[in-house]
Amino acid sequence: MSGLVARRRKNSGLAYALLIPSLIVFGVFTFFPFAKNFKLALYQNPPYPGLPSHYVGLSQAGSVLGSPEFHQSLISTFLFVAMVVPLGLLGGLVLALAAHRQLKGMAIYRVIFSSTVVSSVAVAAVVFGTLMDPVVGLLPWLGINPHPAILNNPTWALPAVAIIAIWQFLGLSFIIMTAGLQSLPEEVLEAARLDGAGSWTMFWRVTVPLLSPTIFFGVVIGTIYAFQSFGQIDILIGPQNAGFTHTNVLLYYIYQALSVQNDPGLAAVLSIVLFVVLLSLTLLQFRFLERRVHYAGN
Amino acid sequence: MQATNDVAVPRSRNGRRARIVGRYVLLTLGAVVVLFPLYMAIVNSLLLPSQIAHQPPPLIPSDPQWHTYPTAWTSGHLAIYLRNSAIQTAVIVIGQLITSILAAYAFAFLEFPLKKTLFIVFLMTLMVPFEVTVATNLSTVSSLGWFNTFPGLTVPFLATGFGVFLLRQAFLQIPKDLKEAAQLDGCGHLRFLWTVAIPLARPAIAALGVFSFLGAWNQYLWPLLVTGNDNSIRTVQIGLKQLLNTQLDQLNVSLAGTVIAVLPLFILLIIFQKQLVRSLTAGAVK
Repeated sequence: MSGLVARRRKNSGLAYALLIPSLIVFGVFTFFPFAKNFKLALYQNPPYPGLPSHYVGLSQAGSVLGSPEFHQSLISTFLFVAMVVPLGLLGGLVLALAAHRQLKGMAIYRVIFSSTVVSSVAVAAVVFGTLMDPVVGLLPWLGINPHPAILNNPTWALPAVAIIAIWQFLGLSFIIMTAGLQSLPEEVLEAARLDGAGSWTMFWRVTVPLLSPTIFFGVVIGTIYAFQSFGQIDILIGPQNAGFTHTNVLLYYIYQALSVQNDPGLAAVLSIVLFVVLLSLTLLQFRFLERRVHYAGN
Repeated sequence: MQATNDVAVPRSRNGRRARIVGRYVLLTLGAVVVLFPLYMAIVNSLLLPSQIAHQPPPLIPSDPQWHTYPTAWTSGHLAIYLRNSAIQTAVIVIGQLITSILAAYAFAFLEFPLKKTLFIVFLMTLMVPFEVTVATNLSTVSSLGWFNTFPGLTVPFLATGFGVFLLRQAFLQIPKDLKEAAQLDGCGHLRFLWTVAIPLARPAIAALGVFSFLGAWNQYLWPLLVTGNDNSIRTVQIGLKQLLNTQLDQLNVSLAGTVIAVLPLFILLIIFQKQLVRSLTAGAVK
């Protein structure tokens, strides 16, 4: 009996020793800064550098959330998400459907279609920035020549960076959709085919409903991805740009509050907003995972 | 009956052939759309500066200027940036693998007080994206004296809740009998981990490794904040931003640099496609 207790105690010691490295990193770089956001949000930055910041309670959060900059930032963020997620998923689904058949050379097509997943945001921005350039790019050739140039244009800057994000998301979207298609029950598809369902009916009546969990997963992952997009805007637009107010998405706003305005209070309030949005999405995803596991368990 | 069948068979065969051709047309169209931007970057990297601004843009380099590649390598700081990225990525990948394996082992094979609570704590980290913590992390790193150093660049990423979750699932697949047999043979936990658990969980570990590699190599926000203006630890992603700001007559060299920066990842994709897909779809389908 005492041997068992001693052994269990030794096991516990080992377990904590194995967990400690992760716990230290999480404690210092995840939980501490997360909690500190709530404190920083209550303190306002001094008007002149060097003075201590002072406690203002919720008034700072109130004035940030009520400001036109914040509203514009929210609108830009949601417009960006609304462009990137549906188009990225649709593109991925089309590619996945095209590649979902054992044909010669399909392995090469699959590598190509998933390839944008490895290209970094900086690579994508540089490559597309060149293509969208009014002098060296493709647009004059295509007869598209807005003034000011597309990336300096308040109307077109956001759709332009969205195109870059869509292209980058295509690879992940293709991979998710392919995995979903491969998991479809072959018997059901076969039965529908034997019942004489045409390919269009098949697609809308059988494939899409069966694929809906995958599509849902894609929507959540895509939305999180879109909310975290930042590099394209930083590299191609930047605060001096005429199109900037319309591309100042939430994450860029945080970055600016930190590195340009040097305002931790503002950054903290915005971080909490970003957290709430992303948390709701993550919870949605967890609930969905739970349900799937539940079904599989049954 | 017989007659219609005879007519129907070749027609459907033709139909099938047409459908296969149609599918290849669609596939090739998709491939062109996906590859076109990178293809144009390669084309532009091989042009003379005077040709780049030519309209309509040349789609095939008539006189490829291969020297832009060695120039990009030596004239910018690309070699340093790539070295920095390699160090940063190696530290993060190895660190994440070690911390995840250790923690996942504890959760899968050991019983200890507060196990459930601690597991929830680990899962909670998945709900706090790094972007949300960036403000305070920057001041933490500065007060540790880690601004513009490799520890500052890497230490915040040395643990991952996703990795622990993924590897715990893999460890749980290992039959309990195996563990008990090993225990009876007097095999300690660490030896069991090293000789049995890790080899059996290799596919999941490889998937995590590829996933970590991709995430670390492509990081943008944190390296932008934590690296200073000198080039000592600047990564290739931040270097690309500088490359784009160069003059027009250097654009071919900048694009050559961009191609060099994306190349390691393409090679990785071709070799580790299966592992990459496995890690990216963890949770998408069972």
